[in-house]
Amino acid sequence: MSEPLLSVYGLKTNFDTRHGLLRAVDDVSFSLDRGEILGLVGESGSGKSVTGFSLLGLIEAPGRIAGGSIRFDGQELVGASIDILRSIRGRRIAMIFQDPAMTLNPVLTIRQQMKLAYDAHQSGNTGDFTARALEVLSKVGIPDPAARIDAYPHQFSGGMRQRVAIAIALMHRPDIIIADEPTTALDVSIQAQILAEMRGLAQETGTALIWISHDLATIAALANRIAVMYAGRIVEQGTTAALIRAPRHPYTQGLLNSRPDRFPPKAKLPQIRGAMPSLSNLPQGCAFAPRCQFATDLCRSAIPPWSGTLHDGFACYHPLERTP
Amino acid sequence: MTDDFVRIDKVTRRFTQPTPWTEHVMARFGVEPPARTVHAVTNVSLGIKRGEALGLVGESGCGKSTLGRILCGIIPPTEGHVSIGGEAVTQGAKKATRRVQMVFQNPFASLNPRMPIGAAIGEGPLAHGLVSRAELAPYIRSWLERVGLPADVAERYPHQFSGGQRQRVAIARALAMQPDVLVCDEPVASLDVSIQAQILNLFLTLREELDLTLLFISHDLGVVRHICDRVAVMYLGRIVEEAETASLYDSPAHPYTRALLDSIPRLEADGSEAQFKAIAGELPSPLRPPPGCAFHERCPLAFDLCHSEVPLLKTIDRSDQHRAACHALR
Amino acid sequence: MATGQLRRFWDEFAENKVAVAALFVVLALVALALLAPLIAPQNPYDLSSLVLSDSRRPPGFVGSKGFTHWLGTDAQGRDLLSAILYGLKISLQIGLSAGAIAFSVGASLGAGAAFIGGRFEAIAMRIVDLQLSFPAILLALVISALTGQGKLQLIVALAAAQYAYFARTAHGAAVAERSKEYVEAARSTPLSSLRVLFRHILPNCLPPLIVVATVQVANAIALEATLSFLGLGLPPTEPSLGALIANGFQYMLSGRYWISIFPGIALIVLIIAVNIVGDQIRDQINPGLRR
Repeated sequence: MSEPLLSVYGLKTNFDTRHGLLRAVDDVSFSLDRGEILGLVGESGSGKSVTGFSLLGLIEAPGRIAGGSIRFDGQELVGASIDILRSIRGRRIAMIFQDPAMTLNPVLTIRQQMKLAYDAHQSGNTGDFTARALEVLSKVGIPDPAARIDAYPHQFSGGMRQRVAIAIALMHRPDIIIADEPTTALDVSIQAQILAEMRGLAQETGTALIWISHDLATIAALANRIAVMYAGRIVEQGTTAALIRAPRHPYTQGLLNSRPDRFPPKAKLPQIRGAMPSLSNLPQGCAFAPRCQFATDLCRSAIPPWSGTLHDGFACYHPLERTP
Repeated sequence: MTDDFVRIDKVTRRFTQPTPWTEHVMARFGVEPPARTVHAVTNVSLGIKRGEALGLVGESGCGKSTLGRILCGIIPPTEGHVSIGGEAVTQGAKKATRRVQMVFQNPFASLNPRMPIGAAIGEGPLAHGLVSRAELAPYIRSWLERVGLPADVAERYPHQFSGGQRQRVAIARALAMQPDVLVCDEPVASLDVSIQAQILNLFLTLREELDLTLLFISHDLGVVRHICDRVAVMYLGRIVEEAETASLYDSPAHPYTRALLDSIPRLEADGSEAQFKAIAGELPSPLRPPPGCAFHERCPLAFDLCHSEVPLLKTIDRSDQHRAACHALR
Repeated sequence: MATGQLRRFWDEFAENKVAVAALFVVLALVALALLAPLIAPQNPYDLSSLVLSDSRRPPGFVGSKGFTHWLGTDAQGRDLLSAILYGLKISLQIGLSAGAIAFSVGASLGAGAAFIGGRFEAIAMRIVDLQLSFPAILLALVISALTGQGKLQLIVALAAAQYAYFARTAHGAAVAERSKEYVEAARSTPLSSLRVLFRHILPNCLPPLIVVATVQVANAIALEATLSFLGLGLPPTEPSLGALIANGFQYMLSGRYWISIFPGIALIVLIIAVNIVGDQIRDQINPGLRR
């Protein structure tokens, strides 16, 4: 197999705060192939969103990328000049957010915003632009795009606004779209529509997706591969089917067992005790050790190393047995 | 239906914004004023038996939170009547009983940030004479322990707790009033997944111990199935289906219920790709509910009658009181 | 408030050296005012201790009673240093009392209006808005002209002129608070309306009110000085800083600058110091201005 589209190796992103140095992303490594959908799952404070922002070089002071490497299509992005990052951002790697209000300007029509995004990277004539804009709008399932392109964001529902944000992200046929909890604020029926469309889009356009979410079920419905983050680190990574069927890290299993879907009604759920530690006060060794039923003195003294590849593996001294 | 402990009887709630004078003037010139009345809940009748857990599911804007607040006496109904064990919940706009309490969605907003949590738990019972001032401290401690918090944290403020712990405090505050009925409005929706499981387990334990009657409001069908005995599905202010949990999930009758169940990705134990099917179309606005059945614009079964006439709840299966409101059902 | 929060608040406050200096000045002035009867060389209100032949003497003059008038004497032969210390006491007394009364009345009215809502809220807040459209000094002038001279009357006039600022602020904050879930929770318990208002809503409206309070105390002191300067404040036998400035004003052009200037400096230092402290508190409480 040729070089992956994106490979991240040993990425560290720190925030220098009043409470000391926070390692929001610590030694994160993964790779992404063309057209692949990678799900990045974790609870609040796990560093999944900061990972997404780091890939685009969108970390602002007091945060900074403190180490590691991000190779995108043969080019190193850590330490790259702002011009290089700008030429990639929005054109080759696009981002969509939980709240489409972050990308949509309320005083501009959809056409004006799409034009701005369009002109940011190429000087096409207007004919090209309109055709492309209508094409992506209909691709994300906006009915009658020719009539609605001149509307303002507030004239759209939440689900439709998120579709517009996705359409803008698609304008330049990016290689990668990073989606940060894009369906969390939406209703379940609308979420299902967007998930179905994203799956179709990825297949059709060959765009790779990094889908960041706290909801393992949504990710399992969409992603080819899943990476589970806990307290700034990836603790397990693998293909969706394998990870759901036979998780190896106790935290992954805990997450799976926290949903009632797999248990008979009214049965006690095998909950994970305690809560995620604050990044400013991480325990020594494995950050999950205080909540883990298998933890030993080794876990409490040293951080478990990664066993596996950039596609697959886990970081645990006492992985769960994988029965063949 | 006569043995229902909680009775919600033909309850309707509209929210109307006053029309500004500018629009009266505009109306003179033939400009139609925008709709200002939200039809949040329309003609809802529900009963809950003593000790039963009723789930209320639906998407945002369907009126499930408003109905919960009406049952809890926070909002008076525009029409209709709500009672618990024969006692009216509200008199005029005022809440008249302590027998129903509520747990809110967001534990970061539902606790007074400037009040120590012990005081927040104790002030209601003290004001209602459930406990004397001398017994207050042990009373607070016992409730903290009951919801799984250390007994010595009563002097702390909400910001010193995590989301899951705050939700435990909010539950203790509601239960310290010794209610018969607990209304839970999305009590786990804003919590992390691993914390959700802890709180769900707490609900299961407390329900058993205290013989609580529960109205459990959630958009999360998996959570509702796990907690509730019976489920009611709301769409745009009306109940469209109601049944015992197993019956509703195994044989949903209303096309909306079916679509809702299909649209949620679920984790299968065998790791096979989570399946889901999307419903077409958007949620209509409660400012201008469509005529006839509110779901007809998105419904694959809709025919002429659905566009003009609102379907009534019909009993489909008498054995488990399965009711649904759909013209397509015989 | 939790001690941890207070501690953090102070740590942040201490980062601004100017504000710390201003706070020190305020505290020092308050201490001087409180200790005035003990440290002042003369009781300026005791007419028998005044020597008319010592009047209008320049700073450093040694009077007939044998002590040095470091800041000179005024037209009645009062030692200016003593008069300023006593005047400071009166100014602070009046400013703080008027501020406290305006705070209580205004905050209760504003938060109460937001809580009760409906017609009461509309009428109360329109009255407040109407009053805010007049300059406070104008209202204070009219009211004190009606009530007459005296400390109590002055406090009432100042409070009546200033409560509207508190009412407006408290109303705005309470409108934001009243729809929050913790208020719904308190109402659904159910707790009495007074309890919900005073135990739940008002404490959460305090931060912006504290900011207004620091500004309004400084304003009350300035207003009092203005009224006294115009002769509507306190009787000349109990001169506040404003009255002292007024007393000396007619001698300014005849070269006897000290009678007006020294009380003026005391007044300016007091008001500026209170304002700096208030500004810093406002910056810290208002998260929008945080870096």
